[in-house]
Amino acid sequence: MNVEKLKSAVREVLPSVDAVIGYCNGSDPLRAEPCFMKDEKLVEEMILNPLCVHNLTSYLPAEKRRVAVVVKGCDSRSLIQLLQEGLVKRENVVIIGVPCRGVVSVKKVRAAVGHEKVLSVAFEGDAVIIKTASGEKELALSDVSPAKCATCQYPTPLLYDVLTGDPVEPGKPADQVYDDVRKIESMSLPERRAYWEKELGRCVRCYACRNACPLCVCTESCIAETREPHWMSQKATEREKMMFHLIHALHLAGRCTECGECERACPMNIPLGLLKKKINMEMLELFGYKAGTDPTDKPPLFTFRPDEERIEEHKLP
Amino acid sequence: MPDIETNREMRIVGFLCNWCSYGGADTAGVSRFKQPTDLRVVRVPCSGRVDPLFVVKALLSGADGVLVSGCHPRDCHYSEGNFYARRRLEMLKRFLPFIGIDDRRFHYTWVSASEGQKWQQTVTAFTKEIHELGPRQDKEEILVER
Repeated sequence: MNVEKLKSAVREVLPSVDAVIGYCNGSDPLRAEPCFMKDEKLVEEMILNPLCVHNLTSYLPAEKRRVAVVVKGCDSRSLIQLLQEGLVKRENVVIIGVPCRGVVSVKKVRAAVGHEKVLSVAFEGDAVIIKTASGEKELALSDVSPAKCATCQYPTPLLYDVLTGDPVEPGKPADQVYDDVRKIESMSLPERRAYWEKELGRCVRCYACRNACPLCVCTESCIAETREPHWMSQKATEREKMMFHLIHALHLAGRCTECGECERACPMNIPLGLLKKKINMEMLELFGYKAGTDPTDKPPLFTFRPDEERIEEHKLP
Repeated sequence: MPDIETNREMRIVGFLCNWCSYGGADTAGVSRFKQPTDLRVVRVPCSGRVDPLFVVKALLSGADGVLVSGCHPRDCHYSEGNFYARRRLEMLKRFLPFIGIDDRRFHYTWVSASEGQKWQQTVTAFTKEIHELGPRQDKEEILVER
């Protein structure tokens, strides 16, 4: 992640677009903030480090202007998916790719320093140095990065107009991507039920997961909130919470690119990505499809084959 | 058919397409085939109309089983509705166990308007299976009163 190269790329692109979406320093040292840059003065304030966790492509479906956007490997998959579905027009977006060696999870860092106030953050190689009132603490980036980084298969963006920095080779074990799903599947049905009741029971129905999701594009007409049809009530019961998360997961079937924004946005630390990963695992097995890897592809549930090779008819006993 | 021991009916929701399966169920009725009475039928224009969320909503609202039936593949009244349905419903069937719902509580199949006999067999077998699975154990707090 080379910020100088990024800045020069942004300066070059800026005259041809209405805005550039990138990152700048946020409200405290541990947080970066998405920023929309229209003139060159702001470009100086751009940052690029493992704090740049946001998936900026979430802004694109609602964006009317022609913009340039900074994308990491995982973000580029979301963008490809949006392009596939026609939710973003290719001619309206300039893609500035940044190869990425992993980001941090703010929640994990905060936990690692005992939720003390962070005074400054520095990065040296693969180490994260956090300064708090009680001293300096050095953490390994891999210890405080979100789960998605541990099995990242696409550290270099798959689609870009400009690539700033040298491509990063994917070196993470590919067969471990769905290990967390398999862990749940090793439980019995009642155990799984209890697991999800415990996890989803914490949900406060803030809908941050939906709002952060780059592929949740219904905005005002989301069926979780419409009264006609009335899919869900406003009650905070387990049933309604489960229903909401199943709506989210099933609406992302064959579309989710596992960018992890739902989990990052969740204030209650619910492993929401798992629901979507399970469906993705099945999509891979049934249709050999991986969302957001090929702009010319079509999501598997948007299409069909008259003879489905891998779907067998279910027989009743 | 109420369970002999508990004298209780199960709640089974059926989504049948207007053109084939609903006709098939009608054929079974007109032919006076004996059928269990646990199934409540919802007629939909096409199996492609069945959103996987219909099934989820039914199960979360306390249904003991959900049956979806449409025209045989290649025989859809709208040419391709059931092809889409097949992909979606297969995805759902594989997903349900992940959240702790037994996938035997959900079945999807194809029954044409002339297959009264097949309809009877399907309903009988599915109802029997649901009776064997018993009422949902996991729904104390999600259940509406019986």
